[in-house]
Order: sequence, then structure tokens, then C-alpha cells
Amino acid sequence: MSYNINKKGYYGKFGGAFIPEMLYPNVEELRQNYIKVMAEPDFQREFNLLLKDYVGRPSPLYFAKRLSDKYNTKIYLKREDLNHTGAHKINNTIGQILMAKRLGKHRIIAETGAGQHGVATATVCALMGLECIVYMGEIDIARQAPNVARMKMLGATVVPALSGSRTLKDATNEAIRDWINNPVDTHYIIGSVVGPHPYPDMVARFQSVVSEEIQWQLKEQEGTSKPDYVVACVGGGSNAAGAYYHFLEDTNVNLIAVEAAGLGVDSGESAATSVLGREGIIHGSKTLLMQTKDGQITEPYSISAGLDYPGVGPMHAHLYTSGRAEFISITDDEAMAAGLKLCKLEGIIPAIESSHALAIFEKKTFNPNDIVVLSLSGRGDKDLETYINHFKL
Amino acid sequence: MNRINQKIKEDKKLLSIYFTSGYPNLDDTATIIQNLEENGVDMIEIGLPFSDPLADGPTIQASSTQALKNGMTTEVLFNQLKDIRKTVNIPLIIMGYFNPMLQYGIEAFCKKCQDIGIDGLIIPDLPVDVYNEQYKSIFETYGLINIFLITPQTSVERIRFIDSISNGFIYMVSSASVTGSQYGFGAIQTNYFKRIEKMNLNNPQIVGFGISNNDTFMQATQHAKGAIIGSAFIKHLTNKGVDKIGYFAKSILKPNY
Repeated sequence: MSYNINKKGYYGKFGGAFIPEMLYPNVEELRQNYIKVMAEPDFQREFNLLLKDYVGRPSPLYFAKRLSDKYNTKIYLKREDLNHTGAHKINNTIGQILMAKRLGKHRIIAETGAGQHGVATATVCALMGLECIVYMGEIDIARQAPNVARMKMLGATVVPALSGSRTLKDATNEAIRDWINNPVDTHYIIGSVVGPHPYPDMVARFQSVVSEEIQWQLKEQEGTSKPDYVVACVGGGSNAAGAYYHFLEDTNVNLIAVEAAGLGVDSGESAATSVLGREGIIHGSKTLLMQTKDGQITEPYSISAGLDYPGVGPMHAHLYTSGRAEFISITDDEAMAAGLKLCKLEGIIPAIESSHALAIFEKKTFNPNDIVVLSLSGRGDKDLETYINHFKL
Repeated sequence: MNRINQKIKEDKKLLSIYFTSGYPNLDDTATIIQNLEENGVDMIEIGLPFSDPLADGPTIQASSTQALKNGMTTEVLFNQLKDIRKTVNIPLIIMGYFNPMLQYGIEAFCKKCQDIGIDGLIIPDLPVDVYNEQYKSIFETYGLINIFLITPQTSVERIRFIDSISNGFIYMVSSASVTGSQYGFGAIQTNYFKRIEKMNLNNPQIVGFGISNNDTFMQATQHAKGAIIGSAFIKHLTNKGVDKIGYFAKSILKPNY
């Protein structure tokens, strides 16, 4: 069995491009060009140079000694939190802005939930001097004021999504509508491994720099390029896709995906799509999603704004149903406690998304000799207020 | 013969109206359909509301959100329609997004449509190739015509392909937009309508998006078999309720009504 995308744009039975005809030319143009453009030496040179000098790659693969001692195993943290703008999101936006330029697009649109992808998109638009419009749910705008301000400082226009539940899924709908209305000059930078083919594959490829670095960094430190486990949190799933990418077909490397259980998977306030979702269509992709019996998409909940997407990328739906990856859900409280533990043990304040991944060490026991690489996908600066409120700091 | 095919043969320009089932009130469905037929409408698209209608603009989305709040579901709609053929003769099409149909089960959905007397389906986010490979035979088994969309950006080659697998009519989207985003047509649209007319396709074209009154209806049907009105009718329902449907239909069909 393959865990990569097939020629028709599917991971197993998941993926595809379930899009209205109005979007077909846009998506088709991208589908026909993305692999070719990414393979161009000139593209590769510019992409790699920006990742190095602008983003600050390679990000360190840090052996977390005190954390390892505590859990009696070998834990390496892939420090995506040290990237410019504070998370893995920028790997994708750098790639896509270069793609947009080569396709002759001069207007960029994006959706954002918590604002991290919006900031990463506004950043690369400023870098390239391109117009940037970010759709953000009206409710998210109210609760993520600092990121809204960042996007504005970077020159982006933030447009409130007023429809539906006024959160990430509706911001995504609005961005798609904008793209329908502007089919010629606009590129849509999707922020995760979601949406119609070729987006899940394109975003995974841009994020795959993470697992590529893990391979050689681990070789330097451990003499092997293969960890026993790769652990990452999954909302839409882009940091996980990047951390898994070069290990997908090597079943000696165990993959662990950590979802947000919110207040608990049975509480009605959760974002654990693998547990609560069923096969269906969301944002142009056939995947697992949280929905009513009648197929209406429901609103997920997590304390972490980056994990409360009602679907999951089609790659992850395939990894789940095929059993290739183990899926674990972590509650708000478990994640927050794990985040604080990392602060005290390693001097690193993680994003709450990444704290979910860290919480698995309380749930799962590893052998002392296991090499566990954990994607520390983002830094916690953006989450200070949530940490303050949670721990009454 | 399917009612859509019969209707297409009539020597007249066709007016098709879209409405969101469950809006403005949950139980308006049959009343709206009967009123539209009585007032000269040729064909009706019954919208099955969806939480995330990404090809639709704010008007239809808002009506869908309200319809879902009112309690509309696939099952409720089918119940409301179960006796509709006792009173209504014109073609009825269900328009909806793919996910609710997928959850109902495609074959079960199609069978139910046949039992009720639905003639066709419009599913904006079911791609042509997926339909062709996976669902065409099921639709045909239950006598349902699947209607495909073309836009000003659709290539000639793709239009020919869509024409080849269509049976009924082609839904010609007037401009690159979501529903309800513009009113009236300029030279760009007229040239596009003419360009498609000259292709002499096997299936007639019915224009949708941007039609709101007699002027735009006449413009749209100058080079096409008919026209579809959605957002403008929803706005009418919002403002005037279900009692003035006759007025709306006549104002589209007759100049200066």
C-alpha cells in the first residue's frame, strides 16, 4: 500500500477535487503546473535560499535531555517554533508565493483561523510586494486581536467572514468564493494539507523540508536517519504532513498523530476528527469530517485555535483508516499541563497546538532506546493570554 | 420521457426558478412550488440547504443557514415532496451540494427522487469526471438527468465533453462569480452567450447568475433557451413572503408589469 498521493489526486479513497465548475480552471492550472514549477532549478534555488536566510532553516533538531529523562526515552524536538513568524506555516507560504509569482498571479488570498497562517501569508506578500487579502471569521477576529494587528502592519487587508458559524471553515468558504469571483489574477494560498487536489500534495511537499532535515540531523546525532516514532499534532495536518513526509513509506518508522479532544471526545466540545468524523466532502476534498447525520458540517471545539478544523487532510484520513498512523486525542487540560511542563523542563514555551503533541508522553510509554522525534510546530507567544487564563498566572 | 426533455421541446423561452427549501418557513416548500407553476414558471430548482455552500453568495447562504435552523433536512424535504406530483406537472430539479446526498446514500437518494417524481439534479461540487466514472449509471437507473455547469472560463474542449455527457440542458453560468453577486449583462456576457450559441451544442443552454427582472431575462434568453433566477427570488421571499410569488413571476415574464 502507498501512503503518498496517486496520479488522480487521491490518498487511498480520500482526496480528489470536489469543486464547482467555476473553480475548475483555477485548480486545473495549478494541478498542471505545480510539480513542474517546483522541480525547476531556479524555483528550488529561490525556495531554499529564502528558507535558509529568511525563515532561518534548518530548524534545530534538539535533543531534549530533561524531558527524555523524565519519560525515560530519547526525545528530539524539531524546532519549527524557531522559524520566522513562529511556526511551520511559513514553509508553505514561501513555497506558494513563489508558485503564485511563476503562474503570473499578483493578488493573493488566504483564510486564517487563529491568524498564524494569515500572518505567514501577509509576511510573504510583504516580502514579494503582492496584494494580500486574508479572510478571517468575525468571531476569530474578535478573539485574535494581536494577529489581526500583525497582518495589518504587514500590509494585508483582513476581511471578516460573516456567514455561517463565522470561524475558520467559513473564512475558507469566503476565500474560495473570492477565488471564484477572481479566476485570472488571484492565487489562493491554502494554509494546510486540505482543500481540492493539488493543494494537499503541494502543501505537503512544501512542508516536507521538515522530515528531510530530520533525516540528516538525526543521522548526525544518532547515526541513523530513521526515528522509531514521529509525533505531531493534527488540525488540518500540515505540520504532521511535513514531519511524516519522508517516512511515509517506511513502516519501521511509527507515526503518531495527536488530535484535540477539547473537553473530551464525548463532551460535544471536541475537534477529534478521527474519532468523531465520517467520510464526506469538505472544502473540495473527500476526507473524514465532523458532520451531522444529514451531512451538515459541524463546528469543532479546542482550546487551540489551530486545531479546531472540522475536517482533516485527506493524507491523514488515509493514514488513519489504513492504520499507518496511530491517532491519539488529547484534552485541553492535558495539553495545557504538557505545555507548562516543557516550559519548566526545557525552557521552551510551546504553542498550544504543539502542547497537544507533547501530552502523549503521559499517555503512552516508550522504550528507553526509542528515538521519538516530536514536531514542535510553533511557539507559545501567541497563546500567552490562554496560558495566563488557564493557569491564573 | 423525462419532463425536462419534454419541456425543452416547447417552442418558448423557459423561466426556471431556484428556491431554498425550508425558507422562509420550514413548510413553505409545496406552496412555493405550486404558486410558481400556477404563475407560468417552466421549471423549478428545489435547493437542499447545506451548511457550507461555497458556490453561493450571501443571499443563498443566508437562506440556507435559516432553512437549516428551521429544521430542514433531506428526510424532511422528501416528506414534504411526497405528494407533490398530485398537483404539479412542470419539471422539478433538486439542487444541492454533494455531501448531504453522499450521507443519505447516493443510490437511496436517487431512488427517493424517482419515487417522488424529481426529474434531475444539479450538484455544483460533484465534478464531471467523478460523476461519469462512479455515479452516471445510478442516476440513469432512476431516470434522473444530471445538469452540468459551464462558465466563461470553461474551455471549448471541456464544453464539448460536458455536452457529450449531458442530456437535458447545460447550465450556463453568466460570469465568473458566485450566485447573487451581480445583476445585468454587459458586452462580455453577451459575447459569451453568442459564442456558446454558435457552438451548436446538442443540449440547449439555460443561463443562470445575474438575472433578476424582465430586462435581464430577455437579454439572457436572446441567445439561450432559458434563464434561471435564484438570489433575486430569495430576496423577494425575504421581503414579501410567499404570498406575492405570482407578482414576482409575472414581473420576470412580462415587460413593465
